[in-house]
Amino acid sequence: MAAERDERPLSPHLQIYRLPLNALLSITHRITGLVLVLGSVWVVALLVAAAGGQQAYQALHGAMTSWLGQGILFALTLALYTHLCTGIRHLFWDAGLGFELATTRRTSRGVIVGALALTVLTWVLASAANGS
Amino acid sequence: MSLRTPLSRARGLGAAGEGVGRWWRERLTSLALIPLTLWLAFSIALLGTADHAAVTTWVAHPVNTGLLLLTLVVSFWHAAMGVQSVAEDYIATEWRRTAAVVGFQFAAVLLALAGVLAVLHIAYGS
Repeated sequence: MAAERDERPLSPHLQIYRLPLNALLSITHRITGLVLVLGSVWVVALLVAAAGGQQAYQALHGAMTSWLGQGILFALTLALYTHLCTGIRHLFWDAGLGFELATTRRTSRGVIVGALALTVLTWVLASAANGS
Repeated sequence: MSLRTPLSRARGLGAAGEGVGRWWRERLTSLALIPLTLWLAFSIALLGTADHAAVTTWVAHPVNTGLLLLTLVVSFWHAAMGVQSVAEDYIATEWRRTAAVVGFQFAAVLLALAGVLAVLHIAYGS
């Protein structure tokens, strides 16, 4: 009986169904949104530390400029721009635009390229600002 | 006896328990956050590894003070609605879902308030 049940065909579920790029970007939009809550907490912590004075700010500043801190900041930047780009596409969808399959494939690639380009641009500007 | 029309009494009684108000506010806040977050991200990048004096001078500039206050309020408002949408989709038990949503809303208000007070303190406190 058990063997018979095991051989039943299964409908494709999340574990075996390869998510199309659009579905991946959809869940990425939600995950990056949640990650950005942490980013907002970081901005508030930065402001509160700056308001607290030189010493409080310096402690946070040290953590930020460490290797790990920079890595976290880079991940947050990438999350921010990914959420921004997928979000802009969601706004177009909400307006009823860009639902054709060919268009969504193109905009999926556009969203990824846009997010990466904005991330790189931001960090190039940041390192240029630090260099001068 | 109610003077309300049958339609107005039926509104908001769907599965979500409310109308399209939150949907619309999610879109409006995201639209506002496009320029605001771009401004904030590039500003932070250009500040780079600035020292305390440079950061407080930047925050105290009237344009930056205003935009920072706006960004703080709108982004935590947006975050509260976004987290609520996610919680409503993935948390099936009603009391857990309500606890998560209300808990996050309280936290969002506290964080936004902390940010706003910090900005005002830097700009006007000293």
